[in-house]
Amino acid sequence: MIRPDAPVLLEIRDLRASVDEQPILKGVNLMIRAGEIHAVMGRNGSGKSTLSKVLAGHPAYSVTGGSVLYRGEDLLALEPEQRARIGLFLGFQYPIEIPGVSNLEFLRVATNGRRLAQGQEELDTFAFEDLVRERLQVVQMDPAFLERSVNEGFSGGEKKRNEILQMALLEPLVAILDETDSGLDIDALRIVAGGVNHLAGPDNATLLITHYQRLLDVITPDFVHVMAAGRILRTGGKELALELEDRGYDWVDEELASLEAGEAARTPLEVA
Amino acid sequence: MVAVSATEPRHPLPAAATAAPWIADLLADLPAAPSAAVARARELLAQQPLPSRRQEDWRFTDLAPLTTIAPRPLDPAEQASSAPAAPLGPVAEPGRLRLLLDGLRDPLDGLNLPPGLHRLEGEALQAALGRSLAAQGLEADWPVLLNTALAPRVLALRVSAAVAPLLELVNDVGTGQGVEALRLLLLLEDGASLEVLQVQRAAAASATSLLLEAELGRGARLRHGLLAQGHGAASLLAQLVVSQSPGSELDLVSALSGWGLVRLEPRVLQDEGQAATRLRGLQRVDGRQIADTHSQVAFAGPEGRLDQLHKVVADGAGRSVFNGAVRVPRAAQRTDAAQLSRSLLLSDRARIDTKPELEIVADDVKCAHGATVSRLQDDELFYLQSRGIAAAQAARLLLRGYCDEVLAELPGGAAGWQPLERLMGEDPTP
Repeated sequence: MIRPDAPVLLEIRDLRASVDEQPILKGVNLMIRAGEIHAVMGRNGSGKSTLSKVLAGHPAYSVTGGSVLYRGEDLLALEPEQRARIGLFLGFQYPIEIPGVSNLEFLRVATNGRRLAQGQEELDTFAFEDLVRERLQVVQMDPAFLERSVNEGFSGGEKKRNEILQMALLEPLVAILDETDSGLDIDALRIVAGGVNHLAGPDNATLLITHYQRLLDVITPDFVHVMAAGRILRTGGKELALELEDRGYDWVDEELASLEAGEAARTPLEVA
Repeated sequence: MVAVSATEPRHPLPAAATAAPWIADLLADLPAAPSAAVARARELLAQQPLPSRRQEDWRFTDLAPLTTIAPRPLDPAEQASSAPAAPLGPVAEPGRLRLLLDGLRDPLDGLNLPPGLHRLEGEALQAALGRSLAAQGLEADWPVLLNTALAPRVLALRVSAAVAPLLELVNDVGTGQGVEALRLLLLLEDGASLEVLQVQRAAAASATSLLLEAELGRGARLRHGLLAQGHGAASLLAQLVVSQSPGSELDLVSALSGWGLVRLEPRVLQDEGQAATRLRGLQRVDGRQIADTHSQVAFAGPEGRLDQLHKVVADGAGRSVFNGAVRVPRAAQRTDAAQLSRSLLLSDRARIDTKPELEIVADDVKCAHGATVSRLQDDELFYLQSRGIAAAQAARLLLRGYCDEVLAELPGGAAGWQPLERLMGEDPTP
C-alpha cells in the first residue's frame, strides 16, 4: 500500500559495505514508508543478501560509507540486538541450527526483549505459551517444534515457518526477508507467504529479497528494485518483476556495462 | 640476584625409592593400618614419588595443587559441621534412596534396602574387593594405592534384580580440610539393573580419592552419573573401574566443574566383548583449574560396542586434558566403537589437550573417532542477536545448550543439584 504521506521507516543513503575488504555494496539508495512492500531482485552475487545482513548488523560486514536511518535514528550505530528490539527483523535465508537451545525458550527470551523495548510487560511462561500457540496458526506449524532445539533437524520448509513464527511474535516494523522462498515447495511457499501477508499492515513495511518472480505471485510488492554489482539499477512497480521474468537478467548486465563504462570514462577527469 | 650453583638444584629431586614429602607427611599422620592390604599399599606408596609429568599418563597434569592441601586425614566431624545442613539437592523424594557417605555413620544403618539391593559383607566382600582392579592390572596404580593407603570408607552393594529407586550417593566435604578416600563396590548379578547418582562436593582445600569398582553380570544394566562440584582449592581423584559381561549395558555420565584439580579415570573392560558401553563426559575449567579425563575401554572379546562423547568448556587460564584409550585386540572382532571429543575454547589463555588413543589389532572392526576444538560460532551468536538477545546472553544460551547435551544424560533426579548452574559458575562459590 503506497501512501505518500506515510511515515518513512527506513532510509538508506549511498550505503557502501565490504566483507574481507572486498567492496560488495557500492552506493545503495532506498526509502521505505509504512505500509509498503518492497522487493529487491537480482542475480546471485548482486549484493541483495549483503544488504539484508548489513541492515541487521552482521559483524562480518563493515560499512564503509553512507547512512541508514530507521525512523530517523542512526541504525548503523546500534548493536544487532538493539536493532531487533526496536523493530527490525531479518528472516534468514539459511536459518541457523542451535543444538541444545529450546525453541520455546529462545522464542520467549526474544519476544520479551522486544516487549520490554516497546514498554510492555514481559510474559511469564504460561502467558507466553498462550501467545505462541495463537501465533503458530499464522504459519500452520506443529506445536511439537516448540519443544525441539532451535531449527535443529528442521526441514527447509520448517525452518522458514519458524522464521515467520518469530516475525509473528516480534511484530517488527521493518521485516527483511532474505530469500524466504528458497527451498520451499509450492504448499510451503503458500503458507509462508500467507503468513507474511497476514502480518503486513499499514504501520509496518516488508522488504523481500528474492531471486524469483514466484514469491511475488503470492505477495504483491508495491515497489520492485533490481540490484546489480552492489547498487540498485532500476526501480519500478510489480510489472518490473514480470519483465525480469520475461527477459531475464541479461539487460541488467548491459545496463550495468554502460554505466560502468560511463564511470570509467569519468575517472581520469576526477583524478586530474 | 641470588646465584644458584649449576650443580645444586634449587629444589632437590626426591631420591629414588623415597616418597614425595607430601605423601610422607600424609602417611605419618594416618592412624595405624587396619589391615595388611592397607599396610602394603602404604609401603608401596612410600617407595615412589608422585606421578610426574615425565610419565606419559600424567604428561599434561601437574599434581602440584594436590600437595597444597593439608597432608592429614580429613576429620569426618569437621566435614559434617561445615557441610550445609540440608544439601542443595532436593530433600528425600519418593523414588530416590539417598545415602550420605560422610563417614560419621554407616550409611546403611537402620535402612530397609529396596528389593534387589543387598549389603555385601564378610567373605563375599573380601573376595570381590579389588577383583575389577586386578582384571585390569590396576592394583599398583598410584591413585589406587593412595585410595587403599588411606583406609577408605567402603560401601559395598550386591544387586540381584532391577532396583526401582535411584540410588543417590552424596559426599559433601563442605569446608573440611585434609584428605579422604571412598571406595564403592557394586556387584550386579545377571539381569540386575541399577541407577546411581553420585554427588561429590567440596568447598575448601580438601582432596578426595574416589574409587568405584563395579561388575556387571550377563544382561545387567548400570547407569552411573557422577556430578562433581568442586572448589578452586580442592582436588578430586576418581577412578571408575568396571568389568562387563556379555549382554550388559553400562552408562557412565560425568560432569566435573570447579575443582582446582580433578582427574577422572573411567576404566572399562568388556571381559568377553558383546556388551554395550556408553560414556558421556563434560568438564569445565576456569581460573587456573585443571580437569583431566583419562578413559580407557578395552574389549577382550568380539562384538562389543562403545559410544563415547567427551565435552570440554575451557575458560580463564584453565587447562583441560582428555585422553581416550580404546583397546581392540585380535580377539575383539566386529567391535563397533565411536569416540567423539568436542572442546569449546572460551579464552585465549585456556589450554586444551585432547587425544584419542586407539589401539586396534583386530581387522574386522568399526572404530570411529573425532576431535573438535572450537569457539562459540559467530553465526549462532548473530542469529540470536538478530532476535534481540544481547551478545552476553546469547553466549550463555549457546553455552548452556552445549553443556546440556551431556547434563541431560545424568540420571533423573540430578536436576535438584543444579548441575547446569553450578557448572556455569552461576553461584557464589569461587
